[in-house]
Amino acid sequence: MNFELSKEQEMTRKMVRDFAEGVIQPRTIEIDTKAEFPADIFDQMGELGLMGIPFPEQYGGSDGDTLTYAIAVEEIGRICGSTGLSYAAAVSLGASPIYYFGTEEQKQKFLVPLAKGEALGAFGLTEPNAGSDAGGTKTTAVLDGDEYVINGEKCFITNASFAKTITVTAVTGKDDRGKNIISAILVPTDTKGLTITSNYDKMGVRGSDTAEIVLEDVRVPKENLLGDPQKGFKQFLYTLDGGRISIAALGLGIAQASLEKALAYAKERKQFGQSISKFQAIQFKLADIAMEVELARNMVYKAAWLKDQEKNFTKEAAYAKLFATETAFRAANQAIQIHGGYGYMREYEVERYLRDAKLLEIGEGTSEVQRLVIARQLGC
Amino acid sequence: MNIYVLMKRTFDTEEKIVISNGRIEEEGAEFIINPYDEYAIEEAIQLRDEHGGEVTVVTIGSEDAEKQLRTALAMGADKAVLINTEDDVEESDQFTTVKILEAFFDDKEYDLILAGNVAIDQASGQIGPRLAEKLNIPYVTTITNLKIDGDTAHIERDVEGDVEKLDASLPLLVTCQQGLNEPRYPSLPGIMKAKKKPLEELELDDLDLDEDDVEPKTKTIEVFLPPAKEAGKVLEGEIDDQVKELVSLLRNESKVI
Ligand SMILES: Cc1cc2nc3c(=O)[nH]c(=O)nc-3n(C[C@H](O)[C@H](O)[C@H](O)COP(=O)(O)OP(=O)(O)OC[C@H]3O[C@@H](n4cnc5c(N)ncnc54)[C@H](O)[C@@H]3O)c2cc1C
Ligand SMILES: Cc1cc2nc3c(=O)[nH]c(=O)nc-3n(C[C@H](O)[C@H](O)[C@H](O)COP(=O)(O)OP(=O)(O)OC[C@H]3O[C@@H](n4cnc5c(N)ncnc54)[C@H](O)[C@@H]3O)c2cc1C
Repeated sequence: MNFELSKEQEMTRKMVRDFAEGVIQPRTIEIDTKAEFPADIFDQMGELGLMGIPFPEQYGGSDGDTLTYAIAVEEIGRICGSTGLSYAAAVSLGASPIYYFGTEEQKQKFLVPLAKGEALGAFGLTEPNAGSDAGGTKTTAVLDGDEYVINGEKCFITNASFAKTITVTAVTGKDDRGKNIISAILVPTDTKGLTITSNYDKMGVRGSDTAEIVLEDVRVPKENLLGDPQKGFKQFLYTLDGGRISIAALGLGIAQASLEKALAYAKERKQFGQSISKFQAIQFKLADIAMEVELARNMVYKAAWLKDQEKNFTKEAAYAKLFATETAFRAANQAIQIHGGYGYMREYEVERYLRDAKLLEIGEGTSEVQRLVIARQLGC
Repeated sequence: MNIYVLMKRTFDTEEKIVISNGRIEEEGAEFIINPYDEYAIEEAIQLRDEHGGEVTVVTIGSEDAEKQLRTALAMGADKAVLINTEDDVEESDQFTTVKILEAFFDDKEYDLILAGNVAIDQASGQIGPRLAEKLNIPYVTTITNLKIDGDTAHIERDVEGDVEKLDASLPLLVTCQQGLNEPRYPSLPGIMKAKKKPLEELELDDLDLDEDDVEPKTKTIEVFLPPAKEAGKVLEGEIDDQVKELVSLLRNESKVI
């Protein structure tokens, strides 16, 4: 057992923390209130190589590992949930499936610009009537000569308005048992018939772009099909397993920020003639948050480590996602409580942590779905 | 150009500092590259990119300083040297540091040596100037702008908020002040490549020095934190009375007038 991070991981943490505190922190409240995607921040993140951490150099990446990437998401999330979500979605959902399943040609064409941070990735799975039940996908892709013709509707797709390419899941046929075959297809966003609108007025992660996509006779070359045409469903389950680690890391970051804010405030705030941190009621809250944050960190890092070791990590990624995101929600809630009336005010930021954390219990598999995944892994 | 940077690993003075047994408690402290040395590293990299050559970052310290050296490499320096004094040097002062650096530079070819203006921990500001004296080269402190033109350095330096412009000849030692540049964040590819860059480790022996040669010339009597800030006092009443009270407090209580 060795819990020590490598020098590269430590240096990455320090760099991303400095960047997040220096560049993102001064704008977090504005990003939230204006609900504007901070594209220029993503340009800088691209230049720093953050968009390509878990990909090799030959594909424009930084040659890091999943753990290093998780640490980066944690540090961004510690400062800004919106930026953290768009970052995690760009790497884990936008770029990763192309890296896992793409042909060499697809990687050169579609992955390289994402890894270099020159373009933003997005992954369109959810539909108005297929959320947790992704197998219920209605969007279809029909082969017509050398092209797929795609029709359907996607909702809640992160980064879509700013993406050059969206990986869209669609039913491409039926297997021997008559079940739908779902595949993933790379769709450039300038393709005719594709409409992207982002009119959602969200509770949290307001600076992260979330869009609706309508596909009407969208034609793409059949080479744009990603990976094995028969195993699309398995592929995106694998993609989601990886994505869960990053959403867990984002929850960890928000939980850590909640702890830091609550602790600092409790030491400073005086009531009844002493710091409220002297009251056992407050101490117990802080003790619980601190413990849960550390447990979440251990689980997130372990899941990332398992993935890096190419071991099975499905169950651990679900543990990490479930625990870290629920920890984030609890920690943010208690941080508000410890701040009293001030915590209810935007300026103190903890109320935003709570709104941002709530999304993490829903996106990339709700908490209930995580429990389903775990139960399935247990053999239920 | 052959460029050297003197770098120190320091604790972060913005974090809480704890003293026990007359020493600063290292456990739990945050360690960073001395911020002024970051300007030196950044400037060195920019000069190397403009004029070609090589940037070598040198530090004296323990194994732990490797992280800061690697960070400098990740920012873009070419080589790093750790003069590890962990086993040989128990007590040290500015004399010790300069003596070791003097021995290190003895057989080196250099056009420019950059250092921080001060290290934020002990803030002596002595290392740069004293080393230049020993190496018998010119030095300019607290620079805020540097242009190299052949063998001449055009320099602007900060003098208590004013700017002094001067020229100096290479080889030269400068110490860097805030405002010189905006140090870059090390990029991810930079961090990953840093592990493949050369990091040489030397001990006193390798520099033909004995422990006796570097024995400090000063003795630390006591290390203490500044007194804790006490609660402020808000004066009340008529303005005239407040002024009177303030003057009386300044005279009798804090004894500053
Ligand atoms: C801000 C934001 C960003 C998003 N980004 C993306 C993206 O980039 N790409 C993408 O494809 N999707 C994205 N989503 C969609 C997200 O993944 C879905 O919202 C999520 O999977 C839940 O689906 P749903 O909203 O349809 O809820 P439903 O599936 O309708 O769930 C409603 C409730 O029922 C529960 N439930 C459902 N089935 C079961 C069951 N079998 N047992 C027990 N309980 C169950 C759920 O847990 C939940 O509590 C995003 C969503 C949001 C809000
Ligand atoms: C939207 C809004 C509307 C409001 N409207 C009104 C109004 O109309 N009129 C009005 O007078 N006020 C109003 N308030 C103020 C509100 O009543 C106070 O915010 C509340 O009483 C808490 O005080 P505080 O914010 O100073 O928190 P603090 O008292 O500083 O509390 C901070 C934390 O310390 C805990 N704490 C404090 N003392 C102890 C102790 N001895 N033991 C254990 N824990 C302790 C608290 O429970 C809390 O978790 C309003 C506040 C808001 C946010």
